[in-house]
Amino acid sequence: MTWLTEPFADQFMQRALLGGLLIGFTNGFLGAFVVLRRLALMADSLSHSMLPGLAIGVMFFGLKMQGLFLGGLVAALFVALGSQLISRSSRLKEDTALAILYTVAVSAGLVLLTFVPVRVSLNHYLFGNILGLADSDLWLSYGLALISVPLLAALQRPFLLLLFEPAVARSQGVRGGTLNLLLIILLVLTMVSSVQAVGVILMLGLLIAPAATVYLLCDSFPAMLWGGGAIGAFGSVLGLIFSYHLGLPSSASIVLVLGAIFLFAWLFSPRYGVVRQLRKRRHFHEESLARWKSEHPPKTPGEDE
Amino acid sequence: MADHRLLVEDLTVSYNRIPALHHISFAAECGECVALVGPNGAGKSTLLKALSGLMPVETGTIRFHGHSVRGPTQEFAYLPQRENIDWDFPASVRGLVEMGRFIRAGWWRRFSQEDAAAVNEAIRLMQLGELEHRQISALSGGQQQRTFLARALAQEAHVFLLDEPFTGLDKPNQDNLRVLLRSLREQGKLILVSHHDLASVPDIFDRVIFLNGELIAAGAVSDTFTTENISRTYSTGVFSGARR
Repeated sequence: MTWLTEPFADQFMQRALLGGLLIGFTNGFLGAFVVLRRLALMADSLSHSMLPGLAIGVMFFGLKMQGLFLGGLVAALFVALGSQLISRSSRLKEDTALAILYTVAVSAGLVLLTFVPVRVSLNHYLFGNILGLADSDLWLSYGLALISVPLLAALQRPFLLLLFEPAVARSQGVRGGTLNLLLIILLVLTMVSSVQAVGVILMLGLLIAPAATVYLLCDSFPAMLWGGGAIGAFGSVLGLIFSYHLGLPSSASIVLVLGAIFLFAWLFSPRYGVVRQLRKRRHFHEESLARWKSEHPPKTPGEDE
Repeated sequence: MADHRLLVEDLTVSYNRIPALHHISFAAECGECVALVGPNGAGKSTLLKALSGLMPVETGTIRFHGHSVRGPTQEFAYLPQRENIDWDFPASVRGLVEMGRFIRAGWWRRFSQEDAAAVNEAIRLMQLGELEHRQISALSGGQQQRTFLARALAQEAHVFLLDEPFTGLDKPNQDNLRVLLRSLREQGKLILVSHHDLASVPDIFDRVIFLNGELIAAGAVSDTFTTENISRTYSTGVFSGARR
């Protein structure tokens, strides 16, 4: 059992453990909404859109967490709401509007970074560093999780109606616009609080892979929420342990573990796995053939009707 | 005594400011099965959507039980066409029927015994007892429809708005749906159905509404379902207010 406990002897690894558990859980929980609302692409764009905000944050506040947080938040919200505005006021669809705004945001971020006095590693922004989590990062993550997870859990029913049939839900009094906005804001908040640990690219894996895994395993919305959170947290811890023993980059090994779990579910899910699908088709054919034969017994010659 | 009627007066519904339905007026009683008949593009779906609040009303009023229907309501239940549903959604038959109670139960209160009883009763009436834990894509077309009807029952809706429910069903399922609609009618529900198959109208429905962008005729099947009204509905092009 020491290989489980040994990695967490050092304090920075303990912080990574606490951060990984929480960030894994929050992202996995939120992932269910993102997967069912088909926001994966939007989440991707928004995560990249934080760059100019982070750059401005560094310019004005230096490498302080509060500045980075506020900057990233404002930039991502700007792109999210801007794309809504463009898609609603013109014939362009939302994904198109989002693509324009997010590439502009990333470019603006790169330009701004050249004016930043301190040297900022783009690598860090893209891939994060969970081993470098400070206490303040942890407090921020826990604070945000304490807001977003209970709020989403409490609003499960209206969200479920909205995700399943948006138009019908609105006609029954569900405030679709408000809930959508809330979801996007919580998504951006979670992203901003995860960027230090896993970076923008791996964050998407942390957000989508656990929810997609549970989606292949079961047919219950609450199970998708809590199961996604559980897989996210479990995968993060397992990834940290692997990275310690094998000397791998930590955030990458977290996402690799989540990817492996997803692959396993995709292949072997008892209901929706590929293996099961392949076997099911033949089984159904034989069954229906047998039923058809029993309902249509071969006629003996000479017998009519 | 409350007025058990749906009263639609001067209803106009538009897409992008171009009316699809012009000044429709009709009345229907609870405990009736009403067919909406007309060519493609005549506004059958539009009428159902406007009644259920899915589309904004341009002019006119909708009154039910003597009250004006405006904004969100639980009295009306709309059953969408098959292709508008994501059948892979993580929901079982029971889960979907429970959605019908969400608004009554409130956003976070636990399901009461009354809620559970309403769900059980709806599942029983729609003959879904053995299927209640099935995922919704693992059902036949008829079963999927019964699941949505059960949700409307659990919602305690009084007006059922069905968009082409008979389309795509095989004969036994069509017969089954006919029996179920009859049983709903006996419970005093008002059922409005957009319908394609003219031959089966007298069999299933009490009242018929002929639409062609505007109202052609509305009334009891016995005196309104005439060859004259049918040919008036189908012989001309769909009436449109748009300038060409």
